Amino acid sequence: MDNIVGKKSGLVWAVHLSLALLVIVWLFPTTGLLVSSFRTGDQIATSGWWKSLTASEQSQTLRTASPDEQQEIDGVFVVEGNLFESTDKPDISSWGTSSRDIGANAPGDTVEVNKGTATLTVTANGDYRLESSEAFEGRRGERVFLTAKTPPEFTLDNYDKVLFDENNREGMAKAFFNTLTVTIPATIIPILVAAFAAYALAWMDFPGRALLVALVVGLLVVPLQLALIPLLKLHNEVGIGKSYLGAWLAHTGFGMPLAIYLLRNYMVGLPKDIIENAKVDGATDFQIFVKIILPLSFPALASFAIFQFLWTWNDLLVALVFLIDSSGETTVMTKQIVELLGTRGGNWEILATSAFVSIAVPLAVFFAMQRYLVRGLLAGSVK
Amino acid sequence: MHPALQGILTIVIGVSGCVGYFYFSNQLLDKVLFPPRGPHAGRNITRANLIRPWLFLFPALAALSLYLAYPVFETLRLSLTERLPGDRSQFVGLANYQKMFSEAKFWEAMRNNLLWLIVVPALSTVFGLLAAQLSDRVRWGNIAKSLIFMPMAISFVGAAVIFKLVYDTRPLGQEQIGVLNAIYLFLGGDHPASWLTIPFWNNFFLMIVLVWIQTGFAMVILSAALRGIPEETIEAAIVDGANPFQVFFKIKVPQIMGTIVVVWTTITIVVLKVFDIVFAMTNGQWETQVLANYMYDKMFRANDWGVGSASAMIIMLLVTPILVWNVYNARKEMR
Repeated sequence: MDNIVGKKSGLVWAVHLSLALLVIVWLFPTTGLLVSSFRTGDQIATSGWWKSLTASEQSQTLRTASPDEQQEIDGVFVVEGNLFESTDKPDISSWGTSSRDIGANAPGDTVEVNKGTATLTVTANGDYRLESSEAFEGRRGERVFLTAKTPPEFTLDNYDKVLFDENNREGMAKAFFNTLTVTIPATIIPILVAAFAAYALAWMDFPGRALLVALVVGLLVVPLQLALIPLLKLHNEVGIGKSYLGAWLAHTGFGMPLAIYLLRNYMVGLPKDIIENAKVDGATDFQIFVKIILPLSFPALASFAIFQFLWTWNDLLVALVFLIDSSGETTVMTKQIVELLGTRGGNWEILATSAFVSIAVPLAVFFAMQRYLVRGLLAGSVK
Repeated sequence: MHPALQGILTIVIGVSGCVGYFYFSNQLLDKVLFPPRGPHAGRNITRANLIRPWLFLFPALAALSLYLAYPVFETLRLSLTERLPGDRSQFVGLANYQKMFSEAKFWEAMRNNLLWLIVVPALSTVFGLLAAQLSDRVRWGNIAKSLIFMPMAISFVGAAVIFKLVYDTRPLGQEQIGVLNAIYLFLGGDHPASWLTIPFWNNFFLMIVLVWIQTGFAMVILSAALRGIPEETIEAAIVDGANPFQVFFKIKVPQIMGTIVVVWTTITIVVLKVFDIVFAMTNGQWETQVLANYMYDKMFRANDWGVGSASAMIIMLLVTPILVWNVYNARKEMR
């Protein structure tokens, strides 16, 4: 069909262009975070991340050495040196001594400073020479505004600090493991429980089956918000309180409707012959389930596992209510990031890196298992 | 005990507990209670088969009723009572609701939620449909789809950080590091705006985050539906001289209307529960409150369980039509 429509080549180009535009718009925000996590705090604060990918003109303010270091040579007082402290010296494209006109002079120019009592020369590599017939006074050197082309520069320091610095109390290492501790049991256990129930709802005949399926469909949309207070009360009464166990149970309960729904829908579609043959051969329901249904349902099990994994990994509300107590020992990554947003709102290098650490795992799972995720979505949206 | 160890132990206990439960309860049924042997073999088999489904269902049903069904009724009860010191409570009728209705913040949350309910499903569906239609027509469509779908994997909190960077504001004169302000100034804006603090409009900047996440979902479902359209209908339209836009709007869209409704309602439910985005980005300040965050405020900050439960019931009330509709459809399908 497309070739018929495709005859209008102008339209084809429009399709390519608009799709490309859409993809770029969708990708742009995440890329910003990723790129920012590899830049230093200063870089992030002084230029947009999109400029960091190309060599950029950057302005900075530096000072010459202080008057303490002046030397007297033939009756002339001289302060000499290089403006840059680091070894790699960018090429200066222009410089100035007044904040009102920071690009007034070209490299190599000599200008008067200190109300005409001294002269300053700055060359392209940052070498300067400050000369005066009178001694320099004061404690601070002359201010110089530089505009220089700096090549793209990235660093892994942020990740080092966020993940591996043991003195960093805002680090993500502990929260990372806590999140993992919440996620894995909360993904595995509901699958098993739901699979048995889904089998019963798909292949066993008993009164009230239709009603139970309807109940599951109904519970699919019950908002989590309703469960918070009653369950927190319940957990406190039976002594679970705020703990991993509470979070695991809560995630198991909340994931159950989708699990049963997805798995049942898939199991209903399995060929009837296999199951009936097995029954005729004398297999019990338990054997049929374990030996036939479970292996055949792998795609559905995988889709639900991905859903549940993404949902528990990314969850904030359940962790806030059922897990994180006042000691903060069991904090998860989402909570840690919200805290950072509050306390370190301006420190983008920390924020971006922390956020990316928490995003990286789900993204990896997403790209590796996308097929199953799509299949699950298609089966899971109530038709 | 170390939490990781505790986690592994839980997996082992949980998994072996589940398997053990299912295995031994079946054994008990078949070997001890109703063995398919002896004088009553036939009757025993019938009885065992009557009980077995419930063995399979029991753990799941227990979890469902304890964690989802019971809380609905308990929240309803809590919303009608007032908490007294010393773990007692007192029936107060609709007083909590009256108190809530008299709060300006509640109505602000209601207004914003309605805005969210209109804007987010609409934009997500439209962008999703657009992306689905466009990506089905080009060879690199699968890559494009996967990139647009990607935000689905990102947490609401992560997305909040991502968009906080987009919306970042620097004072006039400094270089803007938020792309929105950079574009705004480039296009001739005279003053960098702090987007998240402009009342009313800031709601839309929060909604964009959810649209960004949900568009991928809409696209995946709608793309499958578009591919399911019978070729003949499209061919016939083209033979009759329909242009691509007519084919899309008059032939394709009407045929996938059912799927569009499904996508719309699913996103609607997500919107009603939206909490993390508002919590992380503005926490309901500058008139961005929504119901779920209002509820969290009442329950865990103001410690007012009555009003908190009442607002949770409002969310439940808003979900109910969709719930009924879904159940109705599911029952129709089962017949």
